[in-house]
Amino acid sequence: MILGSINPAVLMAALMVAATPILLAAIGELVVEKAGVLNLGVEGMMIMGACIGFIVAVNTGSPIIGFAGAALGGMALALLFALLTQALMTNQVASGLALTLFGLGLTALLGQQYVGITPPRTPRLDLGPLAEIPFLGRAFFRHDIVVYLSIVLVGAVWWFLKYSRAGMILRAVGENHDAAHALGYNVKRVRVLAILFGGACAGLGGAYLSLIRVPQWTEGMTVGAGWIALALVVFASWRPWRALAGAYLFGGVVVLQLNLQAAGVRIPVEYLSMSPYLITILVLVIISSGKGRGSLNAPGSLNRPFHASN
Amino acid sequence: MIRLEKRKEPSKFWRIANPFLAVLLTMLAGGIMFAALGKDPIAAIRLIFFDPIFSETFASYSRPQLLIKSAPLILIAVGLAIGFRAGIWNIGAEGQYIIGALFGAGVALAFFPQPGWYIFPLMVIAGAFGGFLWAMIPAILKTRFNTNEILVSLLLVYVAERILAAMALGLMRNPDQPGFPGSRDLRRYEAAHNAELIANTGIHWGVVAALIAVIFAYVMMTRHLLGFHVQLAGQAPRAARFGGVSPARLVVICLGIAGALAGLAGMFEVSGPGGQVRIEFASGYGFTAIIVAFLGRLNPLAIVFAGLLLGLTYIGGELAQMMLQIPGAAIQVFQGMLLFFLLALDFQTNYRIRLTRGARA
Repeated sequence: MILGSINPAVLMAALMVAATPILLAAIGELVVEKAGVLNLGVEGMMIMGACIGFIVAVNTGSPIIGFAGAALGGMALALLFALLTQALMTNQVASGLALTLFGLGLTALLGQQYVGITPPRTPRLDLGPLAEIPFLGRAFFRHDIVVYLSIVLVGAVWWFLKYSRAGMILRAVGENHDAAHALGYNVKRVRVLAILFGGACAGLGGAYLSLIRVPQWTEGMTVGAGWIALALVVFASWRPWRALAGAYLFGGVVVLQLNLQAAGVRIPVEYLSMSPYLITILVLVIISSGKGRGSLNAPGSLNRPFHASN
Repeated sequence: MIRLEKRKEPSKFWRIANPFLAVLLTMLAGGIMFAALGKDPIAAIRLIFFDPIFSETFASYSRPQLLIKSAPLILIAVGLAIGFRAGIWNIGAEGQYIIGALFGAGVALAFFPQPGWYIFPLMVIAGAFGGFLWAMIPAILKTRFNTNEILVSLLLVYVAERILAAMALGLMRNPDQPGFPGSRDLRRYEAAHNAELIANTGIHWGVVAALIAVIFAYVMMTRHLLGFHVQLAGQAPRAARFGGVSPARLVVICLGIAGALAGLAGMFEVSGPGGQVRIEFASGYGFTAIIVAFLGRLNPLAIVFAGLLLGLTYIGGELAQMMLQIPGAAIQVFQGMLLFFLLALDFQTNYRIRLTRGARA
């Protein structure tokens, strides 16, 4: 029996690794959208992070510096997006697309000499006795630091949006930018900062792919992870913990699918590898069709440009 | 102090001037990029934009290539532009292109090796239908379940790519050459071959179809009520709804037209220049066509020129790769930059830069 050979603890561990890249990207985009901006360039910023993170890590020998570089790389592209949409008032959908197309091209160019190299290994975080607990240790406490960072980030974003003053300003800007402006908040500054944060997160998520999950650099290696992260934000109805749940659900699908491939199920690999995209679409349909709160929770000013008229 | 002031009316002058300016700026920035790669920038720009058409040595090969590369771009972009006008963002044309090609090739392979005049027309219908069907997925999900068409259409590209791979390795693989992935070469099957219509011009049925699509789209957008509804829905959705324009109907029509045209483009490619169903068949025309649509200001006639220009960058890019060893990805960067500059410049269309005295903003 094929499923019998899969160890649930190993499955859980693999699931968390598979979910981390899109979780990082999604939590960043969630903040951006909460500020009322739709950045469709997540895929571009992710691939940028994957590429820059890889290059920096290989050249410095340190994955941690690599991740820092990846965050900066993602932020650099995000800055471009902020400049276009906030200063030059361009269409957000088109600008996001441009970001993705540009990012895919630029990284193909930058990463040319790095194809086929193995990056420095990211060490497992040593959690001492925790890692020795049967089952739980194998499943939850033998990961690298970025996995835990992503969970901490979810908690931090949740707290920030719910309890901090700055978070409330950010939400106000996203819900109704005219009112926020009238109250004296600097709408553009809040949005630019949110966009930069989103870029850094997407960059980290991309680097997680190239430095830990795969780990290698290949052209276009994100294969839609950024778009799945965007869908995840909708699925989460803009709530951080639901983004975590969604990402792990998605990670489960990916891991199960890979396990089925490895176990040699009589379904061609091409059809199995479709499943993450199909399930993402299915989940989008279920969430959007709900008459209830799901789709109604979208920030009020999402994807609407703001220009102070005075 | 510098500040932006919204214009009462978008500037007509900048609307037309900006694409040209964007191309110039892209050449400039591209030149800097080539210099950074250690190549002679002027030679590279010349090789990309001028030599494919004017050089004695290359033109005989590359001039026909221009129409071969531009036709699918124009065909897809015309369809996309109609949707973009209405505020319907179909960004999954690449997937519709792939499925159209598979439907077209499927018909051809089913009839192989029979002769028959009706086979090619059937392929054309099948190709358009395949693209249409694939576009109906986001359309129906949007109208029935209010699902975001941007995400669904894009995610379906990845699904289509995997169907393509499965077909090339499985169902459509050439039974006479089981060792190789990929279908029979349709160029060797006369009844299905989308051959050159006039020798050495690159004109095949796809070019003809692109021309027809441009004319139809132009008439529809300027003379037909549907075109008016599309524009109205894009500019004033509320007014459109009060005016009796059904948003759901518009979504289905816009995605349907774009899908059918992208499917046609894929079918003409697979039966002509592409030749066979292969894993690497999809080359990104569906995404580049988005740039073409914007560069052409969503206007069918201007899209012809935008398509020719971006087609040129493909051929010039290949030349630059061959002659100067400039990596192929540089062309992708080039195309991305073009869209950036165009979007950035467009602020002049809608806003006026005012220099005001003093520090008060």
